Amino acid sequence: MARVVVDVMLKPEILDPQGQAVQRALPRLGFEGIADVRQGKRFELEVEGPVDDAALARIREIAETFLANTVIEDFTVRIEADQAADAALAAQAES
Amino acid sequence: MTARVGVITFPGTLDDRDTQRAVRVAGLDAVPLWHRDKDLKQVDAVVLPGGFSYGDYLRAGAISRFSPVMESVIEQAKAGMPVLGICNGFQVLTETHLLPGAMLRNNHLHFICRDQKLRVENAETAWTRSYEQGQEINIPLKNIDGRYVADERVLDELEAEGRVVVRYRGGGLGGYPPKERSNPNGSLRDIAGITNEAGNVVGLMPHPEHAVEPLIGTGGTDGLGFFTSILKKLVDA
Repeated sequence: MARVVVDVMLKPEILDPQGQAVQRALPRLGFEGIADVRQGKRFELEVEGPVDDAALARIREIAETFLANTVIEDFTVRIEADQAADAALAAQAES
Repeated sequence: MTARVGVITFPGTLDDRDTQRAVRVAGLDAVPLWHRDKDLKQVDAVVLPGGFSYGDYLRAGAISRFSPVMESVIEQAKAGMPVLGICNGFQVLTETHLLPGAMLRNNHLHFICRDQKLRVENAETAWTRSYEQGQEINIPLKNIDGRYVADERVLDELEAEGRVVVRYRGGGLGGYPPKERSNPNGSLRDIAGITNEAGNVVGLMPHPEHAVEPLIGTGGTDGLGFFTSILKKLVDA
């Protein structure tokens, strides 16, 4: 089964106090040099059947209507790397 | 015959019983509605009460939005039926886009529980006509995802059209955050509640249903006006 990853992040202009709390904790733990942290969500979708354009369009719709609230969040959709390689191989084999 | 007000229960809703009681105290019939039931039982208005529907999973209100009962609520709200969302109910209304903007984690990351002063900015909505414009009221506030955000254009529009219904005012009266902090959660432009263009859909974070009888809550009855407003609206209609 192919895996598609949807990353959801707060829009840059939206204050992220959770990310700030993480960033402020870093020096206390001895980790220096991190200027900013923003926290987001990662969804891993195991897709039945081929991840073709139609499937990706459907997943974008899922992300836009449900996984992300586009009033406050942006999202990206991608096929997971090794899965992408498998898909490319499969496509080659088909052609 | 008095008006019938539906009160929805989602899995994880906490304040449905208090809301039903507040509806009855105001002299209306309270009709319990279940999230899986599309049938609104011919109610004249609906309240979405507070709590943690679906555990606040994904985002507060995000999953409730897709429940069968909400299909009917969205349809009826667009046709003009009065709808009030309190706390989690407000979050559901923003997720359904019946109201603009979104709710995020409080800027101080703490759960708030305090009595909160509010200023009634719009006393003409279906849910606020028992109040005077500019009246200050004191009702409980309790949440962790209470920070109202919207982009500047939407905020300007809300203010220009008088769609900010209640604003946070002055200090809280006990509990967290300390009373010196008048804006309890970082809500943009101190917004505690808003309405849609038609004025039939209202959402607010504080809890009027916990301030309808002197014995409990704040010790006052400042929240009762939301429920007597709807009685006035429905009986006048």
